[in-house]
Amino acid sequence: MELLINFLDQYLAIITVLVLASFLGMEIIGKVPTVLHTPLMSGANAISGVVVIGAVILIRRAEATDYITLVLGFLGIVLAMINVVGGFAVTNRMLDMFKKKKK
Amino acid sequence: MNNIIDFLYLISIVVFIVGLKGLSHPETARKGNLTAAFAMGAAIIISLFAPMEAGDNNYLWIIGGMLVGSAIGLTAAKKVEMTKMPEMVSLFNGLGGACAMLIGIVEFKHLPAGTEMVSGAVFANIFALFIGAVSFTGSLIAWGKLNGSLRDNLKLPFPQVLNILTLVAIIGASALLMSKPELDFNLVFAILGLSLFYGVAFVTPIGGGDMPVVISLLNSFTGIGATGAGLIYGNDIMIVGGILVGASGIILTVMMCEAMNRSLINVIIGGLGASSGGSGSDREQVVKEVNPSDLAIQLKYSDKVTIVPGYGLAVAQAQHICHEIESILEEEGVEVKYAIHPVAGRMPGHMNVLLAESDVSYDKLQELEAANSEFPTTDVVLVIGANDVVNPSAKEDTASPIYGMPILDVELAKNVVVFKRGMSTGYAGVQNPLFFGDRTKMLFGDAKASLTKLKEEIANA
Repeated sequence: MELLINFLDQYLAIITVLVLASFLGMEIIGKVPTVLHTPLMSGANAISGVVVIGAVILIRRAEATDYITLVLGFLGIVLAMINVVGGFAVTNRMLDMFKKKKK
Repeated sequence: MNNIIDFLYLISIVVFIVGLKGLSHPETARKGNLTAAFAMGAAIIISLFAPMEAGDNNYLWIIGGMLVGSAIGLTAAKKVEMTKMPEMVSLFNGLGGACAMLIGIVEFKHLPAGTEMVSGAVFANIFALFIGAVSFTGSLIAWGKLNGSLRDNLKLPFPQVLNILTLVAIIGASALLMSKPELDFNLVFAILGLSLFYGVAFVTPIGGGDMPVVISLLNSFTGIGATGAGLIYGNDIMIVGGILVGASGIILTVMMCEAMNRSLINVIIGGLGASSGGSGSDREQVVKEVNPSDLAIQLKYSDKVTIVPGYGLAVAQAQHICHEIESILEEEGVEVKYAIHPVAGRMPGHMNVLLAESDVSYDKLQELEAANSEFPTTDVVLVIGANDVVNPSAKEDTASPIYGMPILDVELAKNVVVFKRGMSTGYAGVQNPLFFGDRTKMLFGDAKASLTKLKEEIANA
């Protein structure tokens, strides 16, 4: 019980943010037309690449001689950046096609 | 200084939200995507310069990683064919998951000596590791299934039991890890291995037709994984950005399920196409064939023609010829429309993207309900490379694995012509009684070759 209270004490602010952001995420999407399901999924996918920031912090905190961390962090950045850059680029390419083309 | 950083992160979060909001409306989608990309760029720059208490910064490693990753991502995004889009999205998603997983592993190494094992820090590590790993291997399996290399030749025994046992083992190992006085790295690796395996076990039993739903779900997982990694650092933008994707992904997943009239549980537990199904009397039934020149004349004397495009059309790269036929017929005074099933292609909305690529005008695309109300007054329906979305057994045959899925009622039209390579079954692996219908004729052959021939015949007729 004490453990639980301690945990809440420490993390209540974060839990609040989590709960509110979840609702916000659901609200934002609301009723998306089917046409946009694929681009939206791909765009949201790119946003999930925000995890790259974690890898940046990981490497910045590491010592210059800590090669295991540096290599794994480097790999993390590469993978997440493929997700971010590729995701936004591919979404843009898809949405580009929906632009009205007048003859 | 830290307050300023937090405030800058907050601004990025707001811009993210604005971008995501824009992405969900057709007129603002493009701008929304660019807005979100801008927010991401800003957030990354902030993370590069935010003050750190310890560490050597190691900027060379960071910049190097970013350059390599961006170059690969950009090239892949430029080169990928539009038909391969779902695979690509799935693969990208898996890589994001892998990053969350790596962070989870490495941060275990960095736990200060004497860290209390029952703590938020350890929990966040396990969480990021678990969700990231599941999303990683799950997405790889989804990728393999979509590009055909893993299609249904990979089956695990008793998938449901195996899934639950693996999940229980992961929870058990995590509890054990937290109950020890100090960090036991063997247990970390055990959790890692089990989580990687869980991703495989979770996605493997799910059938081809349900893959879009799974990709959306895995996408949502990666978002939640990013949140887990954000918890490790107490970084708000990772927490909020990740959970936005997580929550919106779940909603999107549910909406896709609704489009197919299936529940999420149904998708996860009962794989579409898992049972071969279908009646055994197919061989006795005969199909009628039509040749391109007869069809060309029939089309020219029609008032209203509807094209039902399927993935087969896109794979054959025949949507351009399709568009040319449409133009020729329009000049002859024939009204041509496209009927798009919500799950045509490999993802909901995928077919719209593919048709848009070949300049088909947006107002010619009809959604399911509008198309269905017009079929009775349509002279000819051309079903090109689509199978399951026009299968009447979804309405009649309760034993069919696709029973209950809304379909395009093409059998109501005066004439139906099905373009198909042969009599093989579609993605869901079920036979289609439409092919044997009174008003149905078949045009066998490669979609592109048949359409090219048809185009010539129309032009000459």
